[in-house]
Amino acid sequence: MSRIHVTTKINGDATEFLCEAEATLLDVLRDELGLTGTKEGCGTGDCGACSVTVDGRLVCSCLMLGAEAEGCEITTIEGMAAGDQLHPLQKKFIEMAALQCGICTPGILVAAKSLLERNPDPSEEEVRYWLAGNLCRCTGYDKIIRAVLDTAADMRRAS
Amino acid sequence: MRYEAPSSVEDAVATLAGAPGAHVLAGGTDLLVRLRSEMIEPDLIVDIKRIKGMREIAPEAGGWRIGAAVSGAEIGEHEGLRADWPGVVEAAGLIGSTQVQGRATLAGNLCNASPAADSVPAMVAAGAVARIVGPEGTRDLAVIDVPKGPGKTALARGEFIASILLPAKAPRSGDAYLRFIPRTEMDIAVVGCGVSLSLDEEGRVTAARVALGAVGPKVILVDAAAEAIMGRALDEAALSDLAAACSKAATPIDDKRGTVAFRRHVAGVLARRAAVIAGARAKGEQA
Amino acid sequence: MALDDSKKPRVFKVVGTRPDRPDGIDKVTGRARFGADMVAPGMLTGRILRSPHAHARIKRIDTSKAEALAGVKAVVTRADFGTVPDHVAVIMENCMAGEKALYDGHAIAAVAAISPAVARQALRLIEVDYEVLPHVTDVDEAMKPDAPVLHEGRQEETVPPGMSQNVIARAEFGHGDIEAGLAKADRVLERTYRTAATHQGYIEPHACLATMGADGQGDLWVCTQGHYMVRNTCAAILGLEQGQLRVTASEIGGGFGGKTTVFLEPVALMLARKSGRPVKMVMSRSEVLRATGPTASTSIDVKIGMTKEGRITAGFAELRYQGGAWPGSPVNMGAMSGFAPYDLENVKTVGWDVVTNRPKAAAYRAPGAPMAAFAIESAIDELARGFGLDPLAVRLMNAADKGTKSSYGPTYPAIGLKATLEAAKAHPHWTAPLGKHQGRGVACGFWFNFGGDTCVSLNITPDGTVTVSEGNPDIGGSRASMTMMAAEELGIPYDQVRTVIADTGSLGQNEVTHGSRVTFAVGLATIEAARSAKREMCRRAAKIWGIDEEAVDWEDGAARPAGPNAGKFPPMTIKEIAAVASKTGGPIAGHHEVTAQGAGVSFATHMADVEVDPETGATKILRYTVFQDAGKAVHPSYVEGQFQGGAAQGIGWALNEEYIYGEDGILQNAGFLDYRIPVASDLPMIDTVILEIPNPGHPYGVRGVGETSIVPPLAAVANAVSAAAGVRMVQLPMSPPRVLAAIQAGG
Repeated sequence: MSRIHVTTKINGDATEFLCEAEATLLDVLRDELGLTGTKEGCGTGDCGACSVTVDGRLVCSCLMLGAEAEGCEITTIEGMAAGDQLHPLQKKFIEMAALQCGICTPGILVAAKSLLERNPDPSEEEVRYWLAGNLCRCTGYDKIIRAVLDTAADMRRAS
Repeated sequence: MRYEAPSSVEDAVATLAGAPGAHVLAGGTDLLVRLRSEMIEPDLIVDIKRIKGMREIAPEAGGWRIGAAVSGAEIGEHEGLRADWPGVVEAAGLIGSTQVQGRATLAGNLCNASPAADSVPAMVAAGAVARIVGPEGTRDLAVIDVPKGPGKTALARGEFIASILLPAKAPRSGDAYLRFIPRTEMDIAVVGCGVSLSLDEEGRVTAARVALGAVGPKVILVDAAAEAIMGRALDEAALSDLAAACSKAATPIDDKRGTVAFRRHVAGVLARRAAVIAGARAKGEQA
Repeated sequence: MALDDSKKPRVFKVVGTRPDRPDGIDKVTGRARFGADMVAPGMLTGRILRSPHAHARIKRIDTSKAEALAGVKAVVTRADFGTVPDHVAVIMENCMAGEKALYDGHAIAAVAAISPAVARQALRLIEVDYEVLPHVTDVDEAMKPDAPVLHEGRQEETVPPGMSQNVIARAEFGHGDIEAGLAKADRVLERTYRTAATHQGYIEPHACLATMGADGQGDLWVCTQGHYMVRNTCAAILGLEQGQLRVTASEIGGGFGGKTTVFLEPVALMLARKSGRPVKMVMSRSEVLRATGPTASTSIDVKIGMTKEGRITAGFAELRYQGGAWPGSPVNMGAMSGFAPYDLENVKTVGWDVVTNRPKAAAYRAPGAPMAAFAIESAIDELARGFGLDPLAVRLMNAADKGTKSSYGPTYPAIGLKATLEAAKAHPHWTAPLGKHQGRGVACGFWFNFGGDTCVSLNITPDGTVTVSEGNPDIGGSRASMTMMAAEELGIPYDQVRTVIADTGSLGQNEVTHGSRVTFAVGLATIEAARSAKREMCRRAAKIWGIDEEAVDWEDGAARPAGPNAGKFPPMTIKEIAAVASKTGGPIAGHHEVTAQGAGVSFATHMADVEVDPETGATKILRYTVFQDAGKAVHPSYVEGQFQGGAAQGIGWALNEEYIYGEDGILQNAGFLDYRIPVASDLPMIDTVILEIPNPGHPYGVRGVGETSIVPPLAAVANAVSAAAGVRMVQLPMSPPRVLAAIQAGG
């Protein structure tokens, strides 16, 4: 069983890794590259805790093979802040208490960022449906949705 | 297990021919779940995403040819598809979450051969045709004929779907797809219904295709439902006949997602609601 | 130095504000380390083989082929554990089956191997010879005399003779004369209600990393609600001394009661001991659902008498809870709590604890109470509506208050139920118009709240900043609350304090993070630890000033002479005192160890608006408001978060969540696809109203808030759905097929 050599760019850094054919991108991120901010909640694409973007597209990293990442640009939660400058969503989530246990938070932030890049002025319903694949069991979603809407408004004002 | 990502159809066909236990990978949203749960243990995965054309949506004969690796998100963002086949686009958009949309494909949804696949009733109503490639060459097969039962397809060993053609949309036509799920998202359809119809100048139905999902071992094209509304305006009486025909045609089972009685009843409810939307679209109204 | 809470009403400076949580940046950047995020050099992967049968005798396990597989470093079965002490015997059985597999997913054996792939392969090589036995998964079925029996000889004397051995215990609570009370009623309603088993549904699967040396010293990294509990339990099972096992709690990705026991941990330690290597174990989602601890499914008979004015003359309920394969369903807490919101002359509940071939129930947020509340609050609602009475007014008329003898015995001190009902009545939600097919429901809920063993150490660093060490995993922002209470008590800014969760080597015994106890009990200990540090700092100032220590007060983060007679000295700040600590007697710290009492009971009223699609039976939650007494909200955002989260879980329980077992006793929906917890698009905003009726048992008046919020929603939603659909729903979940069938049968 020979391992596959994959060349990617992860959070802006050229990254190479070796992986088994059956390893998911999530396995690679967490176990090979030490990027454990991406979480596994189900392994079946039903919880969104493993959300990352691949070539700008939001995906569940548990539903993609590591080998498929050849030549792709991947962004994980670790790539969301610019150095010590948190992304506005990250700041707002802390400020508005939009997390309790925090296990779903990386996936939700990655997903919400992807939404705001496409739609800077989403309605509450649009946010709720966009994030429907990101399960949160602690918050009842209220503060998460408010934080995303509030961040969107801040970012619109700032731009 | 091995992983191959051939760059041409020919290579893919050759690779598949050499490995009887191989599985084709497009979006992977079903395949990886099955891999992970150890339902399948293939020797080889053949990723078709790097084959030219697999990720393209191209106009063809007034309709649209959709490559097998085009994701739901890409379909949802395509203006031409949205204008011509909004029902198919919506059905594709209902497959899983935003994240799943980033990967899931029409071809994969079809090949998974789940009776509850959302895009399949919509494609059947639209009269979609799958282009299949394999060791014996290329053939076209109506989407309705691809699934043979739960998990079973008409694809021969070594064959895979390369693209799906949505035909040219006729004038004064519209389509719609609705499904019932217990939550608002993230569920498998308990019942699904695709309707595609054309109207004359007076608003009478001149052509119709009504397809049901999740109420039988495979998608059901309900001719009786189409006949029930042919030549009629979509009034209350016609819609009731349509609903009754769909409830009658449904052959569901009791399972963890719904009961026989519920599915039969809701098949009619959805058919009626979908027909109203399709009718409005045929008239050029926003729906 | 004199400390007296009763001197004047306290004006809070930090408590009641909404600062950023101290672990915020870690959690939004992915840096926070959860259970599965830890690695160790030479680490192996541990995996568990699980029973494919609901009930089977294990005749033989042959692990030889697995052991022979290259890369396998240890294989463990029940035999490796030998005899364990009685108090952990059931936990042991649940972690690894002995003579019988008692449910689908029950652990049978485990392996540790050099990779997940090898571990997976090794599991397949373990041969288990099962004798499949008849099984039972339904509570009412399990109580029948001819039901398949799980255990012989566990039945308690409280159970009348002739009942199935699956009926483990009977308990009774209440006072007064039910028959006499019912005779005074204008209507007596009798109904049977049923609820399905639900799972806590935390998003983080169980995970741990174990190391065990030949010298008997072990280390365990684990996501748990109580690492001291993990230490004590694992030490007992493995025959270790508690002091030799150090357990560190990872960040925890949700628990809701489900992580208050052990599943993987003793097995991981045994694999580590046997292999001599660190062993990491992480459950899959399917394992979490099949083989951790959901809550009970129930069947409940209620009989309530009411006058036409709305006064409840008697309340009776008989509750049957199956708690899985061993005794210990939360039926008693259901029986004690169901009528607790009401001031009743005649009240009685009977609880039956029943075993079935399902995973052993673990705690789930207010264990046992939501189901009882569903039954009783539904019955009260039906009676009130039947008389044409306002369901809120009926609840207010019967509401318990200070001095009420509760349905479970104690007499209440100051409580907040009426305040929540009054707030609900005055809220615009209550009078907002409803449309077609829409309905509004209300319900009340009660939870006991707990205290328990608690230790806090508070250290003054040389630069005068403060570290707080506590022993309870922070499951939803409690570090922020502790930091706030320490800052409040010391009179220093929030950012001058950092709170950490200490490992088991650093503090004395700490009760699990459960019973809504942390903000109350750990808060209390934090305040007392701060007071102890303040006393010491006052002593140091007194020493420096050469005055009597009684003549020094602490105010705004500094020691000051208590009055003009004490002498004229400028205040000494915490930083100034800390800087010279080495010269005035050494490092300064405060600590407090206590078995906390006086947690203060908690009440809530919930209000739900729904719309039911009469053609499909689908329910949409349109609006939802929570009214709950928090005693004193330390960090209101996280109090609101608890209210909202509990409501959302309750809504899921009411509408869609359920354990579905097939005829074969196998769990049909062991995944998030078909175990349907609410998604973002299922819910509206959840409005909250925090009431503050101070708890006399806490220096700042704090009551626990975590659990009460899941008690009312089952009934509030059921009452709303019943109103919208025009038919009374008596079974959960109110899934669309069930609601549609009820509409069609009723219409």
